[in-house]
Amino acid sequence: MTTVADSPSAVPTRASSHRWVEVLLDVLKYGLLIVLSFSFLFPIYWMFSSALKDDPQVFTVPPVMIPNPMFWENFPNAWTLHPFTTFAFNTVFRYVLPAVSITVVSSTFIAYGFSKIRWPGRDILFYLALTTMMMPWAVKMIPVFIGLKWLGWLDTYRFWTVTALFGHPYFIFMLRQFFRTIPEELSESARLDGASELTILVRIIVPLSYAALAVVALFRFMWAWNDYLGPLLFIRTEENYPIALGIELLDVGQNYTCKRCVPHLMAASSLATIPIIILFFFAQKTFIEGINLTGTKG
Amino acid sequence: MSALSISLKKLGRLTPGERRNLRLGLFFISPWLIGFIGYELAPVAAAFYYSLNRYDLVRPPVFLGLDNYVYLFAGDPNFYEVLWNTLFYVGIGVPVGVCVAFLIANLLNQRIVGRTFFRGVIYLPVIVPAVASAMAWQFLYNIQYGAINGILRALSLPVIPFLSNPGLAKPSLILVMVWTQGAAVVIFLAALQNVPRHLLEAASLDGASAWRKMWNVTIPMTTPIILFNLVTGFITAFQEFTIPWLLTEGGPMRATEFLLIFLYRNAFVNFRMGKASAVAWVMFLIIVVFTIILFRSSARWVYYGDEDR
Repeated sequence: MTTVADSPSAVPTRASSHRWVEVLLDVLKYGLLIVLSFSFLFPIYWMFSSALKDDPQVFTVPPVMIPNPMFWENFPNAWTLHPFTTFAFNTVFRYVLPAVSITVVSSTFIAYGFSKIRWPGRDILFYLALTTMMMPWAVKMIPVFIGLKWLGWLDTYRFWTVTALFGHPYFIFMLRQFFRTIPEELSESARLDGASELTILVRIIVPLSYAALAVVALFRFMWAWNDYLGPLLFIRTEENYPIALGIELLDVGQNYTCKRCVPHLMAASSLATIPIIILFFFAQKTFIEGINLTGTKG
Repeated sequence: MSALSISLKKLGRLTPGERRNLRLGLFFISPWLIGFIGYELAPVAAAFYYSLNRYDLVRPPVFLGLDNYVYLFAGDPNFYEVLWNTLFYVGIGVPVGVCVAFLIANLLNQRIVGRTFFRGVIYLPVIVPAVASAMAWQFLYNIQYGAINGILRALSLPVIPFLSNPGLAKPSLILVMVWTQGAAVVIFLAALQNVPRHLLEAASLDGASAWRKMWNVTIPMTTPIILFNLVTGFITAFQEFTIPWLLTEGGPMRATEFLLIFLYRNAFVNFRMGKASAVAWVMFLIIVVFTIILFRSSARWVYYGDEDR
């Protein structure tokens, strides 16, 4: 990573006053960074710490910042207050896994057709695919709902599985940009050896693209894990809820009369957040690469 | 469109090899093409069709012409308020968010130890599930026991009714929006690191102050990314649902009733699918117009290094 910092053209003769200013600037910089980090982390910390409180600690003024004692049982208790094991199963096996795996395969396939084969009309269709990225989901919401009702697919996860087949323009764009950086000679020599396009894609392009495919999988995972509006619209019965809707079952608004309802709500929210934070901890580089892949070439 | 007709003409005189490639290409993109027709074009057309009807999901649709649109603009008691709420939230929240992101990115771009760590911290709120964020902020903003008001109470200062005061609810939601600007920060930071070093050094040699370098080199060189972040920010903010829905449910006194919440309420609470579809189309047009205005204006303020674009 290269840095562009103001090159200190410090002249040694006046070093003392310069150094003083630099120290002051450093203090200011790091002070600001620490205040910022604190503000950005605080809501998340507040969620975790409130999950460990009992009711007296929740209702104390001034607020308890470090719960003492900590009530770890809030986590298993929140988990069993509603069938969260079922919700987790629905989220992972019925929503996330099919959506992620199918999206990765379909987007790879489509991006290959948009980048490694030359055919008339390709670029026009590609730009058409790009403009659909700007299409607000809100416009499709009602017809999709009516369509799913007609198909009898409401209250199932088929919507996400089936639409994953169509790829996603965001990922198609990302993978196309990536595939274009792979030298054409590799595909050409394979073609001369009589390899089919499918063979070239599977044997040559995919092994060179694991990093980009990881970005696609990661982002699709995150969207699915965090999705709230989709399940709110299409999932009806509690036994089919994903975690996001399950958390809402614990939301009591401003009515705090039930026993430990705030800690339980915060515990469930924390449990939904922890897997994502662990993933981010291990895959921060992939996250950042993914954001920059779209940002700088948009 | 003219490009399309040219390439259609070309289709007639393709060599066998080109024909083969066309077949192959279409084969590979066919999943997208099916989705484009079935899951993009058809729903958008259907939304327009429903917007011309009265439809409650039970009885068959009744054709009304443009009545739903007329009613929105001339009869509905709340629609202008919803539009105003959305424009306030988007028009203030997004520029403020982009500015804050730009400033943070500049701070991170200084010579500092632990840049990766600080960048990670700023990005973290983006990946927290929106439902969890909403719950955390709901309790953080709580007027009795929230972290902020709890402290104010302990100091015998007046409390801040973040979510229960109609005047404060929108700014409170904008604050949450600013909190989730991590992706814009990451994109800005990458852009700042691509600002050619020699330009900054040349400016330094000419005796330019840090302020002048920022104004005359850094900002012009990052305008394409500012535009990108503004456009994606507007498109996302126009469709914000989860956070306002879970924090305020459109209240207090409809102060945070944004377009998508209004649409949701009409469609899935009151089952007025036709009216809600009209809202969806109005929203769609607003986003298109906003984007076009931004791109048009960008000719004046966006600088592309390769000026041939």
